[in-house]
Amino acid sequence: MTVQELPGAGASHRPTPPPAWRPRTDAAPLLPDPEPYRVLGTPAADRLDPALMRRCYAELVRGRRYNAQATALTKQGRLAVYPSTVGQEACEIAAALVLEDQDWLFPSYRDTLAAVARGLDPVQALTLLRGDWHTGYDPREHRIAPLSTPLATQLPHAVGLAHAARLRGDDVVALAMVGDGGTSEGDFHEALNFAAVWQAPVVFLVQNNGFAISVPLAKQTAAPTLAHKAVGYGMPGRLVDGNDIAAMHEVLTEAVRRARAGGGPTLIEAVTYRMEAHTNADDATRYRGDAEVEAWKAHDPVDLLERELTARGILDEAGIQEARDAAETMAAELREGMNADPVLDPMDLFAHVYAEQTGRLREQAAMLCAELDAEGDA
Amino acid sequence: MTTVAAKAAKSGAKPATMAQALTRAMRDAMAEDPTVHVMGEDVGTLGGVFRITDGLAKEFGEDRCTDTPLAEAGILGAAVGMAMYGLRPVVEMQFDAFAYPAFEQLISHVAKMRNRTRGAMPLPITIRVPYGGGIGGVEHHCDSSEAYYVATPGLHVVTPATVDDAYGLLRASIASDDPVIFLEPKRLYWSKADWSPEAPTAVPGIGKALVRRTGRSATLITYGPSLPVCLEAAEAAREEGWDLEVVDLRSLVPFDEDTVVESVRRTGRAVVVHEANGFGGPGAEIAARVTERCFHHLEAPVLRVTGFDIPYPPPMLEKHHLPGVERILDTVARLQWEN
Repeated sequence: MTVQELPGAGASHRPTPPPAWRPRTDAAPLLPDPEPYRVLGTPAADRLDPALMRRCYAELVRGRRYNAQATALTKQGRLAVYPSTVGQEACEIAAALVLEDQDWLFPSYRDTLAAVARGLDPVQALTLLRGDWHTGYDPREHRIAPLSTPLATQLPHAVGLAHAARLRGDDVVALAMVGDGGTSEGDFHEALNFAAVWQAPVVFLVQNNGFAISVPLAKQTAAPTLAHKAVGYGMPGRLVDGNDIAAMHEVLTEAVRRARAGGGPTLIEAVTYRMEAHTNADDATRYRGDAEVEAWKAHDPVDLLERELTARGILDEAGIQEARDAAETMAAELREGMNADPVLDPMDLFAHVYAEQTGRLREQAAMLCAELDAEGDA
Repeated sequence: MTTVAAKAAKSGAKPATMAQALTRAMRDAMAEDPTVHVMGEDVGTLGGVFRITDGLAKEFGEDRCTDTPLAEAGILGAAVGMAMYGLRPVVEMQFDAFAYPAFEQLISHVAKMRNRTRGAMPLPITIRVPYGGGIGGVEHHCDSSEAYYVATPGLHVVTPATVDDAYGLLRASIASDDPVIFLEPKRLYWSKADWSPEAPTAVPGIGKALVRRTGRSATLITYGPSLPVCLEAAEAAREEGWDLEVVDLRSLVPFDEDTVVESVRRTGRAVVVHEANGFGGPGAEIAARVTERCFHHLEAPVLRVTGFDIPYPPPMLEKHHLPGVERILDTVARLQWEN
């Protein structure tokens, strides 16, 4: 039953109100396709760009190795915590690859890999999770906002930054990443609404990996898809297979192009799966069965691309080995970087609270300094 | 000191309200610095429900004075992104209790961004919050929420009590490279003083308290909406033989301990006065610091006159809640400590 068919709806006694808002003129459809968009394994794969796909493959292999190395570092006590993106590498890599230098990435706490794929030094990307400082890089230098631990709170930042850039006449797009759980947060709603009203050049990428820690999507939302949420804000919603990097790249590229051209924001839901636990502190066997995990293994993002590219003769054994070797080199460098004990200056605690230290902070800094001197003397 | 040049001649001075001084401060800041942007619900066409942003959208355009969707977390969150890109947003939270949806943005991001990026990304955001009671406002329109702000490291918290300070402190806040909670005592919006918008008086910037009235027998320590009440109480106390000094803190973070301590050491007695709830309120912190630093100078314990520890009362009862002259005088009388 449509709204028009509801009893009483559209009754002639109801006066037609004057138009109170500007009608939407963008031709892009708001409703997402019913099925996630796919390229790999479909006729659309005929138009794959071999050079781009080889690069995607190398990045995927590197990303998988990065996940494995970071997870190993938690077991060695080198990282306090690591939220793995095994299974989600296609989303992370595609998000990084579609951005120009001047664009901005707004990652969540799980999106270290996207930051690394954008070119951030892997050790710098992990300082938050190692515990030596919250953000180990200058966000302005890399155009990567600090990894946001509070859920969805970085989305309005992306909107504000993109809006500011546009006010200044700069060609900048912001891409903001959030998980399926984050779409329930108020900041998600406020960010999408602001972005649509302001027609800000923002792309919202939701990685629907099935669970918010332990809570499955069915308990998170009653919407048909998360991409449907776009409709209420007046922006296009796109549903895409998050394990298909060719599809991810295509859909993200289109959304970035649209934002850059002044077409406003897009909401993309990437349907993917978190193959590992939420973090090393989580026991995923308490809330999901092996069969489900096994089923997703058959839809692995690295395997999907490798099969397609080898079948098409775009990738051969030598190319695969080259990608694996490069990933091993990265892993070795990451191990080496993370095994060096960081030297921290306790006085840094007071260095960056305000531009100018308050009297109270100077007093407390002096107290700590005296304590450190006493320790040194002991 | 603020960047505003001191202009001795006040020949152009005429009665001006605090509201006018605040508007002028934003106007001058916007005229001088194209990165200053005003944003919030109703700030554009309407000029704000208190008309504090009146005329700014007309003069500087809707891109510089922007009516936003009604969403405080979104307003402040967007301001964070704008500041990340080099703008200086001046955000209006329409009323004290309307700011609470923005607290996560405030505490998790605004207050911490400089710290978590080791100084690489300071956020020069000014958050204007009309606060306090005494205007007959209904529920959620009269909170004194300063305790929440002062408990959050990384924020400056200031509050003017005079027309001069409204202008000077707001200019200093907008010029600050750190986020500032600018608490506007809404019941003083229409208080008047001789003030020249063409030649604003230079006032000390953030972090400096001022002695508004000198006296010898006790110090009243106060700020914002309670300053006029304290000055009135000080006048009334003369009849009782009390010569009260009144210190206006102006800035709660940083807290100008030295000015307060110097005064209390001289008078030997102190009362802290504010509208906010007493328990865990700024007065508790101030009393503790005064006691620590003035113990041997004190003739009596540091006392407090504050709002009761209750949710803000309905307007017909607020006069019983707000610290008034009588309650201040009764408390001052208790400083004649005999124990």
